[in-house]
Amino acid sequence: MADTANPAHGATDGETRRDFLLYASSAVGVVGAGLALWPFIHSMNPAADTLALASTEVDLSPVAEGQAITVMWRGKPVFVRHRTADEISAARAVDVAGLRDPQKDEDRVKKPEWLVTVGVCTHLGCIPLGQKAADPRGDFGGWFCPCHGSHYDTSGRIRKGPAPLNLHVPEYAFLNDKTVKIG
Amino acid sequence: MRKFLIAAFAAVGFSAIASAPVMASGGTETLLEKQAWTWQGVFGHYDKPQLRRGLQVYREVCAACHSLNLVRYRNLMEIGLTEEEVKAYAAQFEYQDGFDDAGEPKIRPGLPADALKAPFPNEKAARAANGGALPPDLSLMAKARPNGPDYLYTLLTAYRDPPAGFHLMDGMSYNPAFPGNQIGMPQMIFDETVTYADGASNERHAISRDVVAFLNWAAEPELEARKSLGLKVMLFLAVFTALFYALKRQIWKRVEH
Amino acid sequence: MSSVSNNKIIKWVDDRLPIISMMQHSAVEYPTPKNLSYWWNFGSLAGLVLVIMILSGLFLAMNYAANTGLAFLSVERIMRDVNYGWLIRYIHANGASMFFIVVYLHIVRGFYYGSYKPPREILWWLGLIIMLVMMGTAFMGYVLPWGQMSFWGATVITNLFSAIPLVGEHIVTWLWGGFSVDNPTLNRFFALHFLLPFVLVGIVVLHVWALHTVKSNNPLGIDMKGPQDSLPFHPYYTVKDLFGVGVFMMFFMAFVFWAPNFLGHPDNYIPANPMVTPAHIVPEWYFLPFYAILRAVPDKLGGVLLMFGAIVILAAMPWLDTSKVRSCTFRPIYKWFVMLFIADCVLLGYIGGKPAEEPYILIGQFATAWYFIHLLIVTPLVGWLEKPRPLPESISAAVTKKEAV
Repeated sequence: MADTANPAHGATDGETRRDFLLYASSAVGVVGAGLALWPFIHSMNPAADTLALASTEVDLSPVAEGQAITVMWRGKPVFVRHRTADEISAARAVDVAGLRDPQKDEDRVKKPEWLVTVGVCTHLGCIPLGQKAADPRGDFGGWFCPCHGSHYDTSGRIRKGPAPLNLHVPEYAFLNDKTVKIG
Repeated sequence: MRKFLIAAFAAVGFSAIASAPVMASGGTETLLEKQAWTWQGVFGHYDKPQLRRGLQVYREVCAACHSLNLVRYRNLMEIGLTEEEVKAYAAQFEYQDGFDDAGEPKIRPGLPADALKAPFPNEKAARAANGGALPPDLSLMAKARPNGPDYLYTLLTAYRDPPAGFHLMDGMSYNPAFPGNQIGMPQMIFDETVTYADGASNERHAISRDVVAFLNWAAEPELEARKSLGLKVMLFLAVFTALFYALKRQIWKRVEH
Repeated sequence: MSSVSNNKIIKWVDDRLPIISMMQHSAVEYPTPKNLSYWWNFGSLAGLVLVIMILSGLFLAMNYAANTGLAFLSVERIMRDVNYGWLIRYIHANGASMFFIVVYLHIVRGFYYGSYKPPREILWWLGLIIMLVMMGTAFMGYVLPWGQMSFWGATVITNLFSAIPLVGEHIVTWLWGGFSVDNPTLNRFFALHFLLPFVLVGIVVLHVWALHTVKSNNPLGIDMKGPQDSLPFHPYYTVKDLFGVGVFMMFFMAFVFWAPNFLGHPDNYIPANPMVTPAHIVPEWYFLPFYAILRAVPDKLGGVLLMFGAIVILAAMPWLDTSKVRSCTFRPIYKWFVMLFIADCVLLGYIGGKPAEEPYILIGQFATAWYFIHLLIVTPLVGWLEKPRPLPESISAAVTKKEAV
């Protein structure tokens, strides 16, 4: 170094330079290690093939009024219920303001007679009962989750029990009167 | 000791070269015509229009016999096909997907998530249709042969009459790039074998280059992402190394060593 | 034990589990010879690569399927669909080669500077065990992608054990879990490939423990005589090691990003086919010297014994080397023999990658002969006959003298 001729001056200068280098290189090292971890963490997110998973088409013609079917979509059950007029009016008569997760029935269906929801309880992921005729349907005529006692109504909304949210409505579209495409 | 270090690195280099395969010798020729490819080098990248032309060659020529099982229709969006084009391409083919309520195989049109439709349902069918020879899957061909792209290019363009005295078996073609020089695949690419919409040359060497480019993309779709991330990583490491070198000098300055 | 910190919590923990003072002792205060050259960087680099391999391997294992029907496809799914899967796999595949480069250079350094000589015999042995476990781990890892080289490499290497008289065939069947390399083989190789790196970590801990007991060797090969000969590990060698990490990572990443398949073999991108052997089978480069020794002997059992003997014999180095001087710096004759020996190992590596035909067979036989002649005859003889140059009085004396010049 040029100014080592003056030892006292050189020493202070050296200390400053050393401190700067120490902080700069430590910072670069820490940032680098952090960035290097990202690819590993991101590798655990859904892969391209998982994201591209085909949507599911469901034929509704065999489902009579009052019946329901369960179909598999993205590894989860989806409930498709052919609602009766009573069930629809029950769902629409509810005062939305009093609900835990306020949502109008009209906003949850594309056609009033068909309710499509992801059949996973929003509490801790169990599958609620209520699809089969013999199943308990809870206090509100929809679904009842046996794990921790959540009650859903005929619009799949949470009415009683620990679940925080209504049954999730997936993206879907009617291709024609009798076919629905989920996803 | 420095000489020693150089020798040691040379050792590693030699061992690596030694592990490269050696062509079988024994009266056959080994032709390899090296080409300049756009994806070579530090900044290498694919030429998207070329890849699309290569896809066209694959669809019109290769796909009659060769599968591309590891490529999915959706991947073609990476080389510039639109979602509609991809969906239309996939929908041309039928796929079996599960079983209907009567237990019969359910057939549906292809979707972007499907792998490109293979020309034969299984290996036996492929062999039966090709006189006992199996047209290999091409997904990894550009990586599965030494000097993959150059080898494929040479293979596609080097068909010629066998030299005098060469015993060519029935149904085989002479190809100096192919190990053993006898290949079951006849020459498939000639001048004007395809017609490109973009007006690019369809002379047979140009067509061959296009399809090889496409096959290299099929084998190494990550190449562009790899090289661009590599540059960033190298830049970072250069800064890291320089800083620690400076710090090391600073810390060791007052020590005799 | 002296208090490590004035911080009450740290002190509370350390009084009950002295982990902090242990780290303070071994990674900060550890007295290190002040004259270490960059040849001493490879130990910490090997540790770094082991960590990188375990980390990348863990994330690969999350997506890998150890089943003959799925393995190849699951690897390609990692390459194509898993986020950054190609990066993780190329780091892991090239990391294996990097591990061997670093460890071989580490061994070469020990060889040249006599780091195996007393009192470092156990340190040396632990190092050899690490190398053997690494080789087993690398071999089994190479089988997992289930390409043609995976399959035929596994077949050839496991068949080595059939050379054992009487029980050989039974041992091979036991290794395979069947009558050929097949699904049970792949499954157990995956299980072992996952386990062995953690075994390695354990042996590395012992290796470092032994090192810190006997202290580091140095280019002069003489012991530290007092504080004037040493420096605390931190910051002097931590910063030097980190600089080395930067240089090494650039070398490593150049392969990962620009030549990820250079050290691999094209045939391994062809799915395993038990009915077709590739025209030219070669092991990965790091096995080539041993492969050359195997092939140098025209007898199955002899070749296998000689190959394993080539590694085992290294354990006897502390006694084969009869010199009283450690470092080749002061051994005018042996120094050249060591370099010749290393050149011989490189030659063996070159021969191992060549087809089994003349002139390679003959060269391989001479190179193999020299490997053993050097270790069994040259090393003891030169140790007796050679007159070493005078050793410096101390590390600090030598350093001061060098500075003066």
